[in-house]
Amino acid sequence: MSGDVASLPPVVRVANRTTGRRRSATLWIGVVLVGIILVTALVSFVWLPYSPEDISGGRLAPPSAAHWAGTDKLGRDLLTQLIIGARIALEVGAGSVVLGGVIGLLLGLASAFAQRWLDDGLSAVLDVLIAFPTLLVAMLVVAASGASLGSAILAIGLAMSAVVARLTRILAKRVLSLDYITAARVSGTRWPGLVVQHVLPNIWPTVVVNLALQFGLAVLAEASLSYLGLGSPPPNASWGSILQQAQGTVLVAPIGAIAPGVLLVVLVIGVNLVADGLRDVGDPTRRRRS
Amino acid sequence: MVSYLIRRFAFLVITLVLASIVLFVLLRLLPGDPANALLSVGATKEQIAAAREHVGENLPLVAQFFRWFGQLARLDLGTSYISGLPVGPEIVQRLVVTVPLTLMAFVLAVIIAVPVGFVAAYKSHRWYGILLSAISQLGIAVPVFWIGVLLVTLFALTLKVLPAGGFPQDDWADPGAALQSLALPVVTVALVMSASVTRYVRSAVLDVLDSDYLRSSRALGAGFAEAMWRHGLRNASVPVISILGIELATTFLGAVVVESVFALPGLGSMLLTSIAQHDYPDIQGVLFVSTFVVLVVGFLADFVQRLVDPRLRASVNGNRFASGRRRAARA
Repeated sequence: MSGDVASLPPVVRVANRTTGRRRSATLWIGVVLVGIILVTALVSFVWLPYSPEDISGGRLAPPSAAHWAGTDKLGRDLLTQLIIGARIALEVGAGSVVLGGVIGLLLGLASAFAQRWLDDGLSAVLDVLIAFPTLLVAMLVVAASGASLGSAILAIGLAMSAVVARLTRILAKRVLSLDYITAARVSGTRWPGLVVQHVLPNIWPTVVVNLALQFGLAVLAEASLSYLGLGSPPPNASWGSILQQAQGTVLVAPIGAIAPGVLLVVLVIGVNLVADGLRDVGDPTRRRRS
Repeated sequence: MVSYLIRRFAFLVITLVLASIVLFVLLRLLPGDPANALLSVGATKEQIAAAREHVGENLPLVAQFFRWFGQLARLDLGTSYISGLPVGPEIVQRLVVTVPLTLMAFVLAVIIAVPVGFVAAYKSHRWYGILLSAISQLGIAVPVFWIGVLLVTLFALTLKVLPAGGFPQDDWADPGAALQSLALPVVTVALVMSASVTRYVRSAVLDVLDSDYLRSSRALGAGFAEAMWRHGLRNASVPVISILGIELATTFLGAVVVESVFALPGLGSMLLTSIAQHDYPDIQGVLFVSTFVVLVVGFLADFVQRLVDPRLRASVNGNRFASGRRRAARA
């Protein structure tokens, strides 16, 4: 391994490691994976195999022509629940990303523009808030306001806003330290103009990529909450609670314990791939390097 | 280095105080009267007033905070509303499960992630390098509890070689039994943690392989192993150490899910119970201890980074350039 020429030029090898084609493939695979879940969720608004309350299928029935994924321990159709779960997962992701994104952007921008003492204070508080993982904050909020989809979204969104705020603050400060900002300031542009004309156009690609990653984390956090029994109550169960319900009967009816996990992985991987793909599209410096 | 340590320690103390304030405010912001936890449904007004006085809720918020803070300073975390037992010893009792779980999982994850991440980077053009990298990408999307359920199904229910959950009543009196009940939880956490650590190890090693100093060292006649050992290792380990610190802290805090899968009586399950019962002293205590652990781990990670990287040692806060830029931003 030591002296041979073949192992010598890592530089070339590294530069080749991602070609343009593979990158766009990343984006497309991601879009397809997310698309599958999205279509499933949209279908659930107009059509479901069974009513979620329908318990006519018999308990823990194996997969059949009538119940493609079998039934759960109360006799409810599993496929129906999984489809509803897709909708819930997307609602949680989208809801908390919108909430966390808006609050986080506003806080981050405010902090970047604020007086030094306020900025330091805000970022210290943000650091402390980030030290608590999303799940703990969410558990607290949900415990206090009752287990429902809304409180899960609220909690996850709030926890996310701290992360988004810190990122926005760092990015905005980096832009604000540049010469053309000083020039704009000297020529009389006030802070709203600076935000709209200079800061947002520069930071949005990175923020959007981060929000896409946060989407996946939000879905996982809600699944964990539901698994702990703090999510939206059945029959509108999320994948996490389907899994928790099916855990006890995994040997008799394995689909209930396996399928929600697979779907979660598909969605989160899909979102992460989209984020990776977007990062390369949104950042010309990375594109040029390949 | 000493002056750095003093400053960093002062920062640690200040953050801890700040964290206790944030925690206190957060808990009071939540709806629900903790005094209700003490009472049954048909309580009279006098009983409610007595309960509020008992838990100190009749005092103004600031007085309540200083009361709690004063107790903290004396290492007293208060008394549970529900069980009437002191919170501190209860937490210690729970840490006996959570700390070994976290540490063993951490060590196992590092043992898996470092070689895997290295191979994934060094052989990044080969199919197995790409495969390892893809698996680690997959790993960060997999929910911890799902891995737990799958492992229980395989090893406990089907093969029947390990217990599906629970922890011995007498804790570590029989280390073999305790280790057996921790085996599956440790593997579960370690698998998930190693996936994300692998990604960071891979990218750190890729950066080093890409570096000019490694190429110079090779050009001067050093073998790959020697160049890597003398120049690559330290450089690659700096970013990985800070990630390891974050991972360790996250795992400690995230233990609640794994403890729930395996019915372990750890800190996480204590939090889950106390939240369900609105037992504020318990919640406050668990969260404070968790925050303390997270901050101390961060402190240690910073310290180790400075031991490894002399460039960080030279500046006081580790990013002299960033603070220079910060001053520029003010101007």
